[in-house]
Amino acid sequence: MDFLNILSGALGEIISPTTAAYALGALGLAVHFGYTGLLNFGQAGFMAMGAYGLAISTLTFNAPFWVGVLVGLVLSVLFAFLLGIPTLRLRADYLAIVTIAAAEIIRYVVTTNRLTDITGSAGGLNGFTNGFYALNPFPEGRYNLLFVTLSYRDLWVRVAAWALVALCCVLVWLLMRSPWGRVLKGIREDENAVRSLGKNVYSYKMQSLVIGGMFGALAGILFTLPRSSVQPANYGTELTFFLWTCLLLGGAATVLGPVLGAMMFWVVLSLTQGLLFGAIEAGYITFITTTQAGQLRFIMVGVALMLLMIFRPQGVLGNKKEMAFT
Amino acid sequence: MSDGTGAPETGDYMTDTRPIAQGEAGPGCRKRDPIVVAKQVTRRFGGINAVDVDYLEIPRHKITALIGPNGAGKTTFFNLLTGFDQPNSGEWTFDGHPLSGVSSYKVARMGMIRTFQLTKVMGKLTVLENMRLGAADQPGERLFKALFRNLWGGREREITEQANVLLQKFKLDTKRDDYAASLSGGQRKLLEMARSLMARPKLVMLDEPMAGVNPALTQSLLEHIKNLKAEGMSVLFVEHDMQMVRYIADWVVVMAEGKVVAEGPPAEVMKDQAVIDAYLGAHHDVDLGETEGVQALEAELARDDESVVGTEDEGIIGQHLTEQDGRAEDSGKDEG
Repeated sequence: MDFLNILSGALGEIISPTTAAYALGALGLAVHFGYTGLLNFGQAGFMAMGAYGLAISTLTFNAPFWVGVLVGLVLSVLFAFLLGIPTLRLRADYLAIVTIAAAEIIRYVVTTNRLTDITGSAGGLNGFTNGFYALNPFPEGRYNLLFVTLSYRDLWVRVAAWALVALCCVLVWLLMRSPWGRVLKGIREDENAVRSLGKNVYSYKMQSLVIGGMFGALAGILFTLPRSSVQPANYGTELTFFLWTCLLLGGAATVLGPVLGAMMFWVVLSLTQGLLFGAIEAGYITFITTTQAGQLRFIMVGVALMLLMIFRPQGVLGNKKEMAFT
Repeated sequence: MSDGTGAPETGDYMTDTRPIAQGEAGPGCRKRDPIVVAKQVTRRFGGINAVDVDYLEIPRHKITALIGPNGAGKTTFFNLLTGFDQPNSGEWTFDGHPLSGVSSYKVARMGMIRTFQLTKVMGKLTVLENMRLGAADQPGERLFKALFRNLWGGREREITEQANVLLQKFKLDTKRDDYAASLSGGQRKLLEMARSLMARPKLVMLDEPMAGVNPALTQSLLEHIKNLKAEGMSVLFVEHDMQMVRYIADWVVVMAEGKVVAEGPPAEVMKDQAVIDAYLGAHHDVDLGETEGVQALEAELARDDESVVGTEDEGIIGQHLTEQDGRAEDSGKDEG
């Protein structure tokens, strides 16, 4: 077993664009749940909006990259309105039901065979990220970071992804220290009390849903960039629940919690994979196969989350007095 | 002044002794200067008329108590007036503005702010943040202005200043930075009331402000409510504590089974036979803690044709329950 290799692989996950995508998706959920108390179980749907918005506008309409991103954002805003208008006047549970169903509807629609020309059906779409890599400011070559060596393309996608995550974190921080953020937190605590103080609760919830949803769409785009492909199977409910795992790991009502949560999630997955596979290949573990070990990792993540909820319900960065998952 | 009837200058609201009603006091009577006028407001839950108010005016610059037995529709009426519930029919105005179909947050912005029977504080915000949330006209509550502190920092300082003054008045200044969840029930009532004053309302509607407040705190709460009037606000409150109603209310409205059954100055309303029957009970002056009181009540009830006491049907109401209670005989058999 090559521990150094396993370790550097795990550390490499910290800055991987997929981690950035998870961080951003979870940050959107932090706006929804951590600050406003909205239960969005359809963040995968918002991510699909971003990813398919970019892919379809690039491939079908030959739109430039920035237009594709814009289309993804606009789609996610429309999706948020579609979900929010009927449900945000009702109790929180209804949004949860509608979002989880709507995200699945999106996935089934893009998988439909009759739409193969546009959405690529189950096979998905490929090769729509040339516009993004054309913007690469780094000269061709390989770059040595502390523990990983990256091609100039990999470097560009990481720099762009984390710059976007940082920007969004600053945005959330600015918003949540403001009186606007205070109204959101008030709604999380008791929306009738906030209403009785003359605030338009419905409008604030909608703004929160839209902002978190746009973060979701950007996360969906970040998720597709390193792969240059989008596949419907990636946008199932388990993606949403991985994002929730990241959020709760880090701390729901914090700005950096979702980022830290996403990093921890991927580092732990990568470490356990490396260690388990290494142990199996080296013959230390004989009673499971590598395929089973892959599943075992997620069981371990589930157990870790349960332990976290029991012993530190506010997450790693959270303040127990302010926000605990109860 | 908006009322145009030559109301006294601020500070004199306490000594204003002019009659509140125009003419005879009674259910639905016209007031000299009403702030809320409700007409034919009804609300049904299934087959029950929870609220069926024919006509009611709430006087301006006065403390009005809304009393009545449990289930009389007081809180439902509160919810209807403030837009938290929609009536089946009826219309009502606040300060001359019609309010039917107006959503609750707009009602609050007009200056009619309520509190809740089950106190609603934002537990996971600090006391100071709770207070700040109550303030009106904070530009930073708009999404795009929220990003730039220079656009809302000034107003925030004003709000904080106002909040500090109120917290001091309500003796919560030492709790400013504590989470509201750590406050006691009585302190939460105080916080909720203080918070409702942040927006400088014209009419404060308090739903059972004394419920669950310890007696030591009651006196200071009463003074706070009286001060609201001195500062030119009108107050409408729901309360069960008759002592409190007598002490601070200028006007009392009595509801029973959804209807307004009596209204008038407290001293007169308490003597009204309809009120005594509906609310206090016909024998409210009996002290049931003493044997003579119970015996006197029994003797009185025995003479009453409508009462079962003294007849064979009196059941467990009478004193001789062991002789009439079937279970007592059963247990006797078991022992034998």
